[in-house]
Amino acid sequence: MEQVICPVCDADIGLQNDTEKGELLDCDDCGSELEITGVNPYALAEAPQTEEDWGE
Amino acid sequence: MKKKLRIGFLHSLIRKEEKLLLQEFRSRSNVEIELIDDRSLTFTIGEPAFEVDAVVERSINHSRALHALKLFESSGISCINTYRVASICGDKLLTSDALAAFSIPQPEVRVAFTEESALQAIEEMGYPVILKPAVGSWGRLLSKINDRDSAESVLEHKSILGSYHHSIFYIQKYIEKHGKDIRSFVVGDKCIAAIYRKSDHWITNTARGAVTSNCPVTDELSDISVRAAKAAGGGILAVDLFETDGGYLVNEVNYTMEFKNSISVTGVNIPEHIVNYVLDTAYKAKHEKN
Ligand SMILES: Nc1ncnc2c1ncn2[C@@H]1O[C@H](COP(=O)(O)OP(=O)(O)OP(=O)(O)O)[C@@H](O)[C@H]1O
Repeated sequence: MEQVICPVCDADIGLQNDTEKGELLDCDDCGSELEITGVNPYALAEAPQTEEDWGE
Repeated sequence: MKKKLRIGFLHSLIRKEEKLLLQEFRSRSNVEIELIDDRSLTFTIGEPAFEVDAVVERSINHSRALHALKLFESSGISCINTYRVASICGDKLLTSDALAAFSIPQPEVRVAFTEESALQAIEEMGYPVILKPAVGSWGRLLSKINDRDSAESVLEHKSILGSYHHSIFYIQKYIEKHGKDIRSFVVGDKCIAAIYRKSDHWITNTARGAVTSNCPVTDELSDISVRAAKAAGGGILAVDLFETDGGYLVNEVNYTMEFKNSISVTGVNIPEHIVNYVLDTAYKAKHEKN
């Protein structure tokens, strides 16, 4: 487990060791959707907004 | 020693589905995964792209997936799903056309290119109808049209406010589906699982909060699902169906399927089936080349 900080609300977020670059997660405190933008060291940013051609 | 299979994993955001697939791939001893993020990918046209035996496509953007698949295939790489499948499934008009070519039952669909002809088509079909963007997903911008007044206003809004592809009017007859539709999962020539998606709203996408439950895979459901997947070009596909008194109707076929809400309700290890299929395809591709 590694601790990072939510870029939106500053809450502590625990990351599993197998966290991938590009992975999505929700901040338990503020509910923001976040993306792991880097591993080693871990970096977090708000996830991109849905685009018109997103889907299945 | 046997050489490892190299699999390119085309993705943008890593959602629960991609995470489950990566975990499954990494649990296999004979596989090496190359992560290909479509946000940092560049191609030089005419030059080989990657040293991989196959690419599995898991992009969230349809347009990126479609174009990347084309370029991977042009450089001789097998893709799952194929460019052809992505182009058919990514466009509801092409999907309906492919289903019709294989005589697979679907709701009545009409296509029109102007407001006036679309209104005429709707009046002939009778209300209610659903207007859908030909390219789009997660139930976004679908309109249920119950009468002529709403037909006129939605068509006008689409013509004036929509981007150019909103003026390809895809009009589908509304099907009374008693609060639920069916999503079946096809991998290769097998229907491996199915779920019901229930909602109080007529849009029953799980992305819109529909509740899922297991749907037994009968011979009839399996047969129509596999045939619909084949009509779309085959591979790893999710087929959306309506159950009506007259039998099943296929609504659409999805080529980058979401399945995270379907594993525990069906008890089927969907990522395991997907990975087996990808590795089989990659293995065959590798041996055909050598
Ligand atoms: N003709 C119809 N009659 C009744 N309900 C419909 C009809 N078309 C769509 N729906 C409902 O709306 C939902 C979304 O429709 P559809 O799957 O065509 O759109 P989508 O945006 O492509 O969604 P998806 O994420 O499945 O690709 C369906 O699950 C279904 O419940």
